[in-house]
Amino acid sequence: MSGGVDSAVAAARAVEAGHDVVGVHLALSENPQAYRSGARGCCTIEDSRDARRAADVIGIPFYIWDMADEFRADVVENFISEYAAGNTPNPCLRCNEKIKFEAVLNRGIAMGFDAVVTGHYAQLRGSADAPTLHRAVDHGKDQSYVLAVLTPEQIRHSLFPLGDTPKEEIRKEAERRGLSVANKPDSHDICFIPSGDNAGWLRDRLGVSEGPIVDEEGNRLGTHQGAFTYTIGQRKGLGISQPSDDGRARYVLKIEPVSNTVVVGAHEALAVSTILGEKLRMCGPTPVGIMRGFAQVRAHGAAIPCTYEFVGDGVTVTLDEPLHGLATGQAVVVYDDDRVVGSATVTATI
Amino acid sequence: MWCRKLRQESWRANLDVAMSTYLDHAATTPMSDAARLAMIDELGNLGNASSLHASGRRSRKVVEEAREAIASAVGATPGEIVLTGSGTEANNLAVKGLYWKRIQEDPANNRIISSSIEHHAVMDPIQWLVDHEGAEVTWISVNDRAQLNVEELVAEIERDPKVALVSIMFANNEVGTLQPLVRVIEAAHKYGIPVHTDAVQAFGKVPLSFKELDLDAMTISGHKIGGPLGIGALIVKKNLKLTPVLHGGGQERDIRSGTLDTPAIRALGVAATEAAEQLTERALRMVELRRELTARVLAEVPDARANGDELTLPGIAHFTFAGAEGDALLLLLDAQGIESSTGSACSAGVPRPSHVLLAMGMSEVDARASLRFSLGFSSTSQDVDALVSVIGGVVERARKAGQVSKR
Repeated sequence: MSGGVDSAVAAARAVEAGHDVVGVHLALSENPQAYRSGARGCCTIEDSRDARRAADVIGIPFYIWDMADEFRADVVENFISEYAAGNTPNPCLRCNEKIKFEAVLNRGIAMGFDAVVTGHYAQLRGSADAPTLHRAVDHGKDQSYVLAVLTPEQIRHSLFPLGDTPKEEIRKEAERRGLSVANKPDSHDICFIPSGDNAGWLRDRLGVSEGPIVDEEGNRLGTHQGAFTYTIGQRKGLGISQPSDDGRARYVLKIEPVSNTVVVGAHEALAVSTILGEKLRMCGPTPVGIMRGFAQVRAHGAAIPCTYEFVGDGVTVTLDEPLHGLATGQAVVVYDDDRVVGSATVTATI
Repeated sequence: MWCRKLRQESWRANLDVAMSTYLDHAATTPMSDAARLAMIDELGNLGNASSLHASGRRSRKVVEEAREAIASAVGATPGEIVLTGSGTEANNLAVKGLYWKRIQEDPANNRIISSSIEHHAVMDPIQWLVDHEGAEVTWISVNDRAQLNVEELVAEIERDPKVALVSIMFANNEVGTLQPLVRVIEAAHKYGIPVHTDAVQAFGKVPLSFKELDLDAMTISGHKIGGPLGIGALIVKKNLKLTPVLHGGGQERDIRSGTLDTPAIRALGVAATEAAEQLTERALRMVELRRELTARVLAEVPDARANGDELTLPGIAHFTFAGAEGDALLLLLDAQGIESSTGSACSAGVPRPSHVLLAMGMSEVDARASLRFSLGFSSTSQDVDALVSVIGGVVERARKAGQVSKR
C-alpha cells in the first residue's frame, strides 16, 4: 500500500471479495532521513502513515517491508546506467518486474501468501489457472503498459481489483469507505526523484560532462552538460542560441554516449515506422507468425495499429502510421485488441 | 499489498487482540489492577496540585503520597523525585540538563561518556548536543554479550576527566544485559563527574537503590512496571543542579514545568509500590518462565542462538534465527496471534538492524535475523506453550522467505 487512494481501495475490495489480506508498504529509500523531506512521490513518511491509517480503517494488519537495497540495485542503478548508455528506461516497469512482482511476490509466496494485490488499473480475464492481462476499462488511467513485464506465473499470483472501474468512481468509493486518502493527488514523478528535475538528478550522479550538440550534418550548434540528460524527441531546454535555417523547432534525434554527442534535427526525422525490440517479457503464449495488433511505447501513449512478429528473443513491430520520438531503452508493448501479449526493450528504430 | 486466499489458517481479526499471546512486555506491559483502579478513581477528582485552595491541596496530597511511594521503591528521598511526562523526557532532562549545568560551571567540561548500546532516548539527546552545542562524546564499546567494557570507560575518564556526565544504562532493553554500574560510578566520582543511568527496563525487575549505588540521576518510566503510559520520573540527587529543558511554572523543583498529572502520578505510585514489594516473587517467576521459553525454543529450532548474558533482566529472551528475517518472523508470529519485537524501527516504521546487536559485533545479516520475546509479571506458561507450538514452522517459513530475498 503506497499511501495513495488506489492501493487502499484495492485492499478494501480484496477484503470484501473474501480474501485474507495483509497490507504491506514498501520502504524504498535507503536513508530514513529521506522520509522526512519532500511530500511528493511515493516514498515519504506521510505516505507510510497514510497507508497505515488506510489499513486501520479497512481492518487489516499492516507492515512495512524494507526493499531499499533491492530497489537501489535493480531500479535506481539500472536507471542511471541506462541513461549513461544513451537509453531512456522506464523505472516503473523495472520496479514492477524486479520489486513488486518478483522480490515482494517471491517473499510473500515463501511466507504462505497466494497473491499480490495492487491498485494498478488493469484487468485479468480467463481462468484462475491461466489468466490473461488486459487493459482497464478506464483507458485514460490504464496501467497495463507498466505491467507488461509480468510472466504468466506472476500474473497467476496477481490481483488487480480496480481494472473494472473508472478512477473517478474509485475516489468516490474511497470516500464512501471513509478512507482519508480519497482526495490525495495522483503521483506523477519518478518516485526517487521527488524534485521532478530528472536531468539535474542525473547530473548529480553522473557528473557534468560537456559535449557537442550537432545537426544531422555534424555542424556544431551548441554545448550540453551531459548527453545522458537528454531524451529522444525532446524539444525544450536544448540551449541552442542560433535558430535553424528554416526557423523550425529542433528536436533531439540521437544520443551518442561514447562520443557524448547529442544530434538534433527536424520533427520529421523523428519518424519511426519499424521498431526492433529485444529482452522479451511474454505475458502469455508467444504468437507464431505475422500478427495484427497494437503497439504502445509510453505508459499513457496511444495504441498504434501495427503488425508484429516474434522471432527468437526479439520482436519486429511495423506501425501502420509512423510515430515520432522513440528512444532505445523504452519498452514497446504489444496488444492483441486489449490483451497484453508481451513487451520488449526497444533496441533499434527505423 | 498482500492477500492470502481463504483457507483454514485464517488471519485473526486484526483488532481482536483478546486472544493474543503478548510477548513484548519490554515495550509496554499491562497496568496492574490496583494501578488502573487508582487512576480511574483519580480521573474523577478535580484539582491542580499547584492550586492553593482545598481542591488543590487534596490533589497535592495525592501527588506527594505517590512521590513518597516512588521514592521508597527506588531507594531515594521524595525530594529527589522529579516527575516527567515519560522516560524519554526524563532522559533528555538528565542528559541536556546535566550537560548545560556542567558547562556553565566550567566550559571545559564538554565531554560526555556513554555506551554504544544506549536507548535512543539517551543516544539521540547526546548526539544532538554534539551536533548543536559543541559537546564531544565517547561511546564506550561492549563485548559480545552486550556488557560494557568498563576498563575502556575508566581509561577514557583518566585520559581526560573534563567530563560533563557519564550516562550508562542499568540494563539493556534489547538483550537485557545488566551493566557494571558500581565500577562506572566509582570511576566517575573519583573526578566528581555525575553519573546518570537509564533504569527504565531495570526498575521493578531487579533490586536497585538510588542511594546505595550513590547515583546522581536515574530514569524510570510508568508503563514498564504496571503503571500508566505518559508518566516517568528522573530521580535527581539532592542539591544536584540541572538546567531545565521545559520552562514554565517550575512545578518540579524548578527543574521541570508542567501541570502535574495527578491520576497518572497516583497510579505510578501504586505500581511502584507493587513492583518493589513483589519484585522477588515476580522476578523469580519470570526467570523460570524465561528459562523454559529459551530451552523450548532452542529445542524446536536447534540452530537458533540465544543472545545476551547470564547477568540479565529476568524477562528478556533474545534470539538470532540465522537465515530468517526478523520482520518476516514478526509478521508470521503476529498472524498466529503471538506478539514479539524486532527492536528499533525508524520514524517511518522501517525495520533497521539494531545498533545494540551491531555493537555486540553481530553482522548486519544476523542482526536482521533477530527477535526479542519479553515476559512480564502477567506472563504464564500458556504464553510459552503458544509460542513453542508455532515457532518451528514460523522460522522454517521465514527462512524460505529469506532464501528468495537473498540477492
